[in-house]
Amino acid sequence: MFNSSLNQLSVLLATKQVSSVELTRDFLGNIKNLNKEYNAFITVNEEMSLDQARIADAMIASGEGNPLTGIPIAHKDIFCAKGWLTTCGSKMLSNFVSPYDAHVIELFNKAGTVNIGKTNMDEFAMGSSNETSFYGPVKNPWDILSVPGGSSGGSACAVAARMAPAATGTDTGGSIRQPASLCGVSGIKPTYGLVSRYGMIAFASSLDQGGPIAKSAADLALMLNVMVGFDARDSTSLQHENEDYTRDLERPIEGLRIGLPKEYFAEGLSDDVSRAVDAAVAEYSKLGAKIVEVSLPNTKLSIPVYYVLAPAEASSNLSRFDGVRYGHRSEEYTNLDDMYLKSRTQGFGAEVKRRILIGTYVLSHGYYDAYYIKAQKLRRLIAQDFTEVFKQCDVIMGPTSPSVAFDLGEKNNDPLQMYLSDAYTTAASLAGLPGMSIPVGFGKRSRPVGLHIIGDYFSEAKILNVANQFQQVTDWHTKMPDIKNSK
Amino acid sequence: MAVTLEDVKRVANLARIEISNDEAHTTLDQITGIFSLIEQMELVDTSAVIPMSHAQGVEQRLRKDEVTEIDQHELFQLQAPKIEAKLYLVPKVIE
Repeated sequence: MFNSSLNQLSVLLATKQVSSVELTRDFLGNIKNLNKEYNAFITVNEEMSLDQARIADAMIASGEGNPLTGIPIAHKDIFCAKGWLTTCGSKMLSNFVSPYDAHVIELFNKAGTVNIGKTNMDEFAMGSSNETSFYGPVKNPWDILSVPGGSSGGSACAVAARMAPAATGTDTGGSIRQPASLCGVSGIKPTYGLVSRYGMIAFASSLDQGGPIAKSAADLALMLNVMVGFDARDSTSLQHENEDYTRDLERPIEGLRIGLPKEYFAEGLSDDVSRAVDAAVAEYSKLGAKIVEVSLPNTKLSIPVYYVLAPAEASSNLSRFDGVRYGHRSEEYTNLDDMYLKSRTQGFGAEVKRRILIGTYVLSHGYYDAYYIKAQKLRRLIAQDFTEVFKQCDVIMGPTSPSVAFDLGEKNNDPLQMYLSDAYTTAASLAGLPGMSIPVGFGKRSRPVGLHIIGDYFSEAKILNVANQFQQVTDWHTKMPDIKNSK
Repeated sequence: MAVTLEDVKRVANLARIEISNDEAHTTLDQITGIFSLIEQMELVDTSAVIPMSHAQGVEQRLRKDEVTEIDQHELFQLQAPKIEAKLYLVPKVIE
């Protein structure tokens, strides 16, 4: 059961071979057994989950079930869920019980899924290792000495360790794709604007995008069918016609043109990752795909541009946390200004403060043009690189991350090194393109390697098709960590 | 444009984040490393490029000027650190 696809679980539920209550209890049992070790969940609430499971069972009994009705889904703790503690991995929100649902949560509730718990994450989604969480680091189930990636590390770990059949995540510069890669699972960041940001706690608004993490491309397609949808409450939500993301899964990919940007295979890529990615590309050749070498000349600028724009937007977004209406307020203060100062100083962790300071600096008087406007101009050049390349190929492939999962603590004191682990994912975020990661093998110390697939705008169905065709002829996505041995 | 210790202290104050002298030094070291990367941006001539603020180039939607929110202050104020008479309490600003 724990290895079943969403489709298989859906059939079991629809044919009454299992009830949602039973399924929910089973996954809650897994969480109970494993979460002490992995720390993938910040909040589990058995009663609230089981209440939703009972509603799902009633929906199924009355013939109102959807494909995902009754299936437990883990939600990244960045999504506000009514009545649930919603912390965003921060002390600042450690007492925040959300009074409302995010649009994404509304959609999953409407579909009759069960919220199985809120997953751990880097504080305010700022991190690539899940080590910045106020609730402590998540462990990678493939090797508990290594990080699960971030910021959606809890979601990736929960799926990899079979504590949830699928999970939600968010991706600002790689926060779905990189942890999916490091944990050996599949994840997709849709085109910016397809998933509503309403109730998704803001980090960098022009980049933040929700998406799913699951065991396979086919499961991701079912998750996207629920998550995507126009929402007037998000000013950048796109009025895009509803799609069935499963529609092209089975389409053969003969003649598909795969672009390999030479910049993604240059200095900085470790040998073990390179080998696994090369083997995956060779597999695509066998499936009839044509390999084209392409160039994204401004790739090197994506990290500098990202680390100007994202902190700038973050410093603005996080100014709302002042201890007045919700969130942490310092116990002691002398006046209003001191209350702001102490509440924010106590409520935010080191990485969040660092990014607020960088963002405040690049937006401050005299520096705005040199940094912020300059970065926005380069952002256009980065996006234009992709437009050019998509004239030569249908999808772009490369490694998701330059290395397999690194050790816990390894990059903690070196933010620059940590930032470079997003070297391949930030460009697609800046351009607003859909990107995904699927497992394609193992590197050093048997840690998973992910293949990054980037598509043109609104080509989610195509990249899911491309990923699914690979998963039909390989079994990397079915591998799971040896949970018993890691205990 | 090297970042200085005074810059760190100045922006910390602007961002309402308390920072000790030691922390300011550590932060300066880390930020200097990050800015060495950011300075690469200067190498590219962008004089003819229009800044890109949003991936899809969408325009701000407008809606009718009518009330859409219902009053939920009791629910929302359950989260408030301090309230009195439906108001959020903060230290006195005006004597």
